[in-house]
Amino acid sequence: MTQTVSSGDTPKGMSRREFLHLAWAVAGGAAALTTGALGLSFFAPRIVEGKFGSVFDLGAVDSFPLGSVTPITNGRFYLVRQQDGGFLALYHKCTHLGCAVPWNPEKGQFICPCHASAFESTGQVINPPAPRPLDRFPITLVEGQVKVDTGIRIERDRTSISDVVYP
Amino acid sequence: MTGIDPRPEAITQRVVESISRDDLPLVDDRSRLRYVMNNLILHIHPSKVSKASLKFTYTWGLGGLAILLLTILVGTGIMLMFVYTPTPETAYTDMLRLQTEVNFGQLVRNLHHWSGNLLVIVVFLHLLRVFFTGGLRPPREFNWVLGVFLLLLVVGANFTGYLLPWDQLAYWAVTVGTSLLGYLPLIGEPLARLILGGSEVSGATLTNFYGLHVAIIPMLVFFAGSFHIWRVRKDSLSVPRNLPKRSDPTASSATVKAEKEQQEKVPTLPHLVSIEFVFALVVLALLVLWASWVNAPLEAAADPNHSPNPAKAAWYFMGLQELLLHFHPMFGAIVIPALAMVGLLVFPYLHFDSDSEGIWFRSLKGRRMAWVGAVTALVVTPLLVLLDEYVLDLPALMPSLPSVISNGWIPLGFVLLSLWLFYVLIKALFRANRDEARQSLFVVLVVSFVVLTVIGIAFRGEGMMLMLPWEVL
Ligand code: HEM
Ligand code: FES
Repeated sequence: MTQTVSSGDTPKGMSRREFLHLAWAVAGGAAALTTGALGLSFFAPRIVEGKFGSVFDLGAVDSFPLGSVTPITNGRFYLVRQQDGGFLALYHKCTHLGCAVPWNPEKGQFICPCHASAFESTGQVINPPAPRPLDRFPITLVEGQVKVDTGIRIERDRTSISDVVYP
Repeated sequence: MTGIDPRPEAITQRVVESISRDDLPLVDDRSRLRYVMNNLILHIHPSKVSKASLKFTYTWGLGGLAILLLTILVGTGIMLMFVYTPTPETAYTDMLRLQTEVNFGQLVRNLHHWSGNLLVIVVFLHLLRVFFTGGLRPPREFNWVLGVFLLLLVVGANFTGYLLPWDQLAYWAVTVGTSLLGYLPLIGEPLARLILGGSEVSGATLTNFYGLHVAIIPMLVFFAGSFHIWRVRKDSLSVPRNLPKRSDPTASSATVKAEKEQQEKVPTLPHLVSIEFVFALVVLALLVLWASWVNAPLEAAADPNHSPNPAKAAWYFMGLQELLLHFHPMFGAIVIPALAMVGLLVFPYLHFDSDSEGIWFRSLKGRRMAWVGAVTALVVTPLLVLLDEYVLDLPALMPSLPSVISNGWIPLGFVLLSLWLFYVLIKALFRANRDEARQSLFVVLVVSFVVLTVIGIAFRGEGMMLMLPWEVL
């Protein structure tokens, strides 16, 4: 029995030696993969509760005048109230390379200081290099209170009326 | 005999001999050769070197200078670790305290800062010297590859270090730099999240960058650098040669003599070690002088709600930043740099059609073709930048196409086609061989990159508009 297995060149199947080589190689590969996966999940970002990323309760609908843009600095976003009363929450990060975009009240535009991208108050791109409109966060209006969930960032290829929330 | 202790009686001599196995002082060349082999620090050298390769204007001492700078960086870096805590609350105030309260704190910071920046320049120049003297030809191809890896590590070390002072400069340069990753298809977003430790530059980013900067990257530099230097020792340095004289059969005795000199070897100690020592001392003096006068910059504390205008990248990324202003980000940040890297890595494995190792710029024609390349790039690159800035608006000309095509594939295709045309013309017009033509093309690319970097540093001001250098500041 042992003689036939260890002879090494049985026409079919593999010898015990070859099998052990393969088994150890597979075990080595599995160990490497496990270590890699462990490392990756070890270094994966940890979500911090509170601050940016949580739900912001901004108070009564009526405290935001029509046609206003209010920066919510802790939440990294602007609450836009349109002339028609609709709400939009726009992430302040430029979609080009991530600079913080300030609101320019004279021009009525968001103008990025880094490479001069410009956006309308809806987030629509007026001037490249920004490749898409400003990202937005979902708004819920509960009993006349405005709530914005900064945990869910919505990317969009174009602006649409359905982005706007009406009281 | 086994039971008897063979060591001498005198205790001082016993201590000395337990440390160094060689008889000091060294009296003859044989003992010097042996000493270089046995000494921990000196043994990174071969024990003999070719006399010709000692010529300073061959290597310009650039590889050794890189080692010196790395040593200074490790020393000053460890000192900085004792006065700096990497959290958003403490990082910036630690920098202020370092500069105002710690004895020589500002000097140590300056030395670390300037050595790091100088290292980028030195490693780049070292790459150029190796390229133009043919030091990358077989059998040294793989050492070139290791070198490219080291270059990336050096830039990575600078970039991760850039964030640590946690000032406006740091915060926004890293925001812009890591946003570039987002344009990598598929893995870009998750990779950026992993590096940032979240969705924006934050305390988690600082922790990550600190770990990379003080542990991971230095360790990789140590391993890759040791490998690199070991290979230099094994393959020995390429030997400099002069341009072959116009073929003149009667001058044979002179050539024979020259060839003899080529092959002559001398002991590393003292011939190489003394040059290195003097050079290191001079550089160190100049560096300390510079660092005593010129302070490393520190701007206002980081403010995640206000980007400064303009928010520029670190200076060694200015070439990349300039590309970004002209190409779709996917091309400026990913495709073009990736092509450049592949080109660098593949180059030494191409077929070489002339015997020119050790000859600056390969041949007389090679030198002329290098000039042609340099002048072409000096003229054409600024013209293209101006053209794209003021005249041409490709996306507006082709509104129906997505900007990945109109501002990506089309201009890239144009650039690649022009480069290919340049290569073909150099070969056809000047009868250059492949080596000379390729070198000329390499010069075009390097000079263009330098021109773009200079434009980014000196000609881009508020809103990234083109302006004259005195308006930028
Ligand atoms: C931290 C970075 C680096 C260090 C410390 C380093 C160190 C050295 C040293 C000490 C030498 C001996 C000769 C000399 O001083 O020129 C050398 C040679 C060499 N280096 Fe580097 N180097 C680095 C980066 C690079 C880079 C970026 C490249 C190219 C991509 C490169 C490619 C080479 C090659 C091919 C040689 C052999 C050249 C010859 O024999 O003529 N190295 N390096
Ligand atoms: S980051 Fe806003 S335009 Fe580039």
